[in-house]
Amino acid sequence: MSFLDYFKSSKKNTASIARERLQIIVAHERGQREQPDYMPQLQQEILDVIRRYVAVDQDQVQVQLDKNDDCSVLELNVTLPE
Amino acid sequence: MAKIIVITSGKGGVGKTTSSASISTGLALKGNKTVVIDFDVGLRNLDLIMNCERRVVYDFVNVINGEATLNQALIKDKQTDNLFILPASQTRDKEALSKEGVEQVLNELAETFDYIICDSPAGIEHGAQMALYFADEAIIVTNPEVSSVRDSDRILGILQSKSRRAELALDPVKEHLLLTRYSPERVENGEMLAVEDVKEILAIKLLGVIPESKAVLTSSNSGVPVIHDQQTDAGKAYDDAVERLMGRERPHRFLTAQKKGFFKRMFKGSATA
Ligand SMILES: Nc1ncnc2c1ncn2[C@@H]1O[C@H](COP(=O)(O)OP(=O)(O)OP(=O)(O)O)[C@@H](O)[C@H]1O
Ligand SMILES: [Mg+2]
Repeated sequence: MSFLDYFKSSKKNTASIARERLQIIVAHERGQREQPDYMPQLQQEILDVIRRYVAVDQDQVQVQLDKNDDCSVLELNVTLPE
Repeated sequence: MAKIIVITSGKGGVGKTTSSASISTGLALKGNKTVVIDFDVGLRNLDLIMNCERRVVYDFVNVINGEATLNQALIKDKQTDNLFILPASQTRDKEALSKEGVEQVLNELAETFDYIICDSPAGIEHGAQMALYFADEAIIVTNPEVSSVRDSDRILGILQSKSRRAELALDPVKEHLLLTRYSPERVENGEMLAVEDVKEILAIKLLGVIPESKAVLTSSNSGVPVIHDQQTDAGKAYDDAVERLMGRERPHRFLTAQKKGFFKRMFKGSATA
């Protein structure tokens, strides 16, 4: 590492933070875009049903529809508290 | 066949109007009969950037409403042959642009022009959707900054679902990335997203990179689109972008920082360390 690189790397590389944040949010929002309009409500109702049995937060239930060529898969991910 | 190209971004203030002015001027300078339409109903800025604000009599909405003919509303650019401007209306009615009205005007323009450039307003609402609806190609103006990149992706989503081409299941709108206000120095310091990062995240073809440039302000001060000044880096970068838009190959320039003297860098480095 050269003397000059030392000064550069001592500053935080915020561009790479920006890149990582964008990769995540853009992938997430693209996933949402491709979802049918009923998904938010479906997600809410599933959450309500689960909450009748266990206390979970909104972000601990993930519902996603993945389209393949010949079928769609509804994926449900619930993180239960310890 | 006229090509309809929308210049859009989602986020405001990223350089759509600046780019519309230079790209339409560039296309006209290269012999294409070109018209540039200001879709920013209510604001109207393109006329100032193109130095024809005092010659506006009728506008886009007047034509749609049948209050003026297209020929009465079109302003012939005094600096560039082959170039015409259709100014925006300053009406406060944001819904003044109807899809049918816009289509009628575009169809009439398509009879005589090679290129129809649509300068979109910011946002993703009615005005922006009208500007992109009939597009064959889209230039997504993006700054190397998180909110601009995210909004560009949202506009891409709208192009892919709500444009005429999407609705009629025709060939999709051809998408081009125009990265503006780029500072190679800041990229090298790790303070700004690099062109490769933005290209990878948005996953569209790169039309050009316009550097952050003082010449953009001085050119808007005097109403001379920056592409006229081929001494400036922004002017040259827009010229390259226009060439690529016309299908020619041009290497990308102005992507690396100009080398500073050793002492200047030392001084800068230790001052901020
Ligand atoms: N390459 C550049 N270098 C420096 N300044 C720039 C550059 N491009 C644009 N600007 C400046 O950024 C500002 C906004 O530009 P412009 O009006 O073209 O953006 P816009 O996207 O059309 O905005 P709006 O969303 O309000 O329509 C202007 O002050 C302009 O001079
Ligand atoms: Mg504008």
